[in-house]
Amino acid sequence: MSVLYSFSYFIFSFVVLSIIGLFVSWIDRKITARIQWRVGPPWYQNFVDIIKLSGKEILISENSNKFMFIFSPILAVTSSTICGSILFLVLRKNLGFGGDLILFVYLLTIPSLSIILGGSSSGNVLASVGISRELKLLLSYELPFICGIIIPAIKANSTTSLIEIVKFQEINGSNILSLSGVIGFIVILISSIGKLGVVPFDLAEAETEIAGGALIEYSGILLGFYKLARAILFFVIPSFIVILYLGGTPLNNFLGILIFIIKYFIILILITLIRNTNPRLRIDQALKFFWGWLTLIGIMGILFVLTGM
Amino acid sequence: MAENKKVVVPIGPYHPLLEEPEFFELYCDGEEVVDVEWIAGYNHRGIEKLSESKHWDQVTFLVERICGICSTSHPIAYCNAVEDLLGIEIPERAKYIRSIIGELERLHSHLLWVGLAGHFLGYNTVFMWAWKYREGILDMFEMITGNRNHYAMLMIGGVRRDIEDEDIPILQNTLSEVKGKIQMLTEAILDDPVLSARLKGIGTLTKEDIKNYGAVGPVARASGVDIDVRKDDPYAAYNLVDWKVITANNGDVFDKAVVRLLECFESIKIIEQCLSAIKGKKGEIRKEVREIPEGEGIGRHEAPRGEVFHYVRSDGNTSSPVRHKIRAPSYVNIPTFKASCIGETISDVCIILAGVDPCYCCTERISVYDKEKKKKIYTFEELVKKSIEKTEKIKKEIGKEGKLWKKLF
Repeated sequence: MSVLYSFSYFIFSFVVLSIIGLFVSWIDRKITARIQWRVGPPWYQNFVDIIKLSGKEILISENSNKFMFIFSPILAVTSSTICGSILFLVLRKNLGFGGDLILFVYLLTIPSLSIILGGSSSGNVLASVGISRELKLLLSYELPFICGIIIPAIKANSTTSLIEIVKFQEINGSNILSLSGVIGFIVILISSIGKLGVVPFDLAEAETEIAGGALIEYSGILLGFYKLARAILFFVIPSFIVILYLGGTPLNNFLGILIFIIKYFIILILITLIRNTNPRLRIDQALKFFWGWLTLIGIMGILFVLTGM
Repeated sequence: MAENKKVVVPIGPYHPLLEEPEFFELYCDGEEVVDVEWIAGYNHRGIEKLSESKHWDQVTFLVERICGICSTSHPIAYCNAVEDLLGIEIPERAKYIRSIIGELERLHSHLLWVGLAGHFLGYNTVFMWAWKYREGILDMFEMITGNRNHYAMLMIGGVRRDIEDEDIPILQNTLSEVKGKIQMLTEAILDDPVLSARLKGIGTLTKEDIKNYGAVGPVARASGVDIDVRKDDPYAAYNLVDWKVITANNGDVFDKAVVRLLECFESIKIIEQCLSAIKGKKGEIRKEVREIPEGEGIGRHEAPRGEVFHYVRSDGNTSSPVRHKIRAPSYVNIPTFKASCIGETISDVCIILAGVDPCYCCTERISVYDKEKKKKIYTFEELVKKSIEKTEKIKKEIGKEGKLWKKLF
């Protein structure tokens, strides 16, 4: 019974997350288009893109490792869905368990790892350049990202449970209202852009340099799965930041949900603006940026939070 | 050398970076590029040969089709060449109109490059904004010539259409609007710290490199070599108006962008002066040319990408050129990748390759392939040898050397 329940919950959250993710990706695309003086796509564009991709032929190159090639996009979509369902549990039902924060961080690296797996199993030269970049990028943005997570965890009396962080903010106000909170917010926002893989950190795909990088050999619904995973992350990661830094409103009524949505959109728009006002960085510059400035700022934030600022 | 060459990263023949079919093989050691090979010849159209079967007047419109972006550069150079052969001077009004068309084309071409460079860097906002600003210039083209591209304005002895007096205030207004927009774009690009970090110090070409490769145009001027046909060998109205040659010193991709953006303002200055020079005046716009006598001529024009060179020869009997030689600027600019790309990373090589504003359709040369064996039949050296043999044969057939041959050798 409970297995069946879990499975149906997973399917349910996959469908809901896909719809939400594709819709917020459309908002990102639409804002981008308006910034660039274009009209932009209609609201259903991302949905028809996925439907169209599911009808396309799946081409698997002869040099590839076929199992890994097919398995990786499914892994990406599964892990991002689990991330999303944990968020749903926390937000809607106030459920959670000790250590789900750590599980969450682990699960968020899996989409990147699956891109690396899929790219390396495709046997393409450009894909190998792409995965080497993705790997370096993963190593680099993970450090400031964790700094950004540690700050609210320490604030909420050194907990590793998401629900504790939510409850802490309900009592004491949002984390962003303190100095360490502002620093942590900036750090996690920028490193999450790296996690989402959009400009200025879209080096692993870099269409005009390596023609899609790790995803170059993918077609059909397998490519669609990666797109879906990306779309779901577009919802999951900003919501995660809202929980960590902008929390404080319970979601048990309409007003609470509305405030959550407004907070979410503020972060989404910030990410969209950053990606539209910057060129793509070089990999060495990205590494220097993440390991240098951003990690330093993050560690400073941790020191501040330890001294109670 | 072969054993040191590591992974080959292909750019082309079909690649999102470049809009035309050509093939760069990047030999990479990790992200670092250790060697670059260039394969062209996918899209050779034989325009030189084709023009030998067209009437003199038709060739003006044929050469316009060499390149879609600098489509009036080739006709200007061709007309200069034929007028050099004829030894005629075109009317002053035609000179001004030629300059206006040439400079408008430079404006739109430079904006197009800025947009594409932004796109290659993943900076799509610059791409869209630059192309949006370019629309105003295309509208001006439509107003003057009737076409947004392939303007068909030039003819031997002058220009085909006059610019009406009532159009001039509208053109001036549009131009000042465009100037404000380009000013804004230039400031935004030159002050962007991330763009500076990305572009400064990569793909540097020294003065020596420019001389060795014979590079021309903005590529040369970005390295501090102030060559510009408009100043060095003035034609059209370039010696009748006041403007200066823009140069920069570092020779990296950033300076190439700076030179191109600042050249836009010089172009606007030239157009403004030309427009006020022809405003309210009447005059001939073309000189009647009845027949082309025997002889040869050369014509040059500073295209947006550098000097374009045309050579024509007439035997006085037929109504088409017996020889028509074209050299587009990209032909000398593209090979500079040997000096600028090696030692850089893949990310940088992409923008360095695009930094010379390559135009492959101008540059394409013949390559002969065996379809069954999928192999090149003639090497480059063999083709050069054949070309020299052909020249010797033609010289013998004519029985004497032309005036240019005497001048050159």
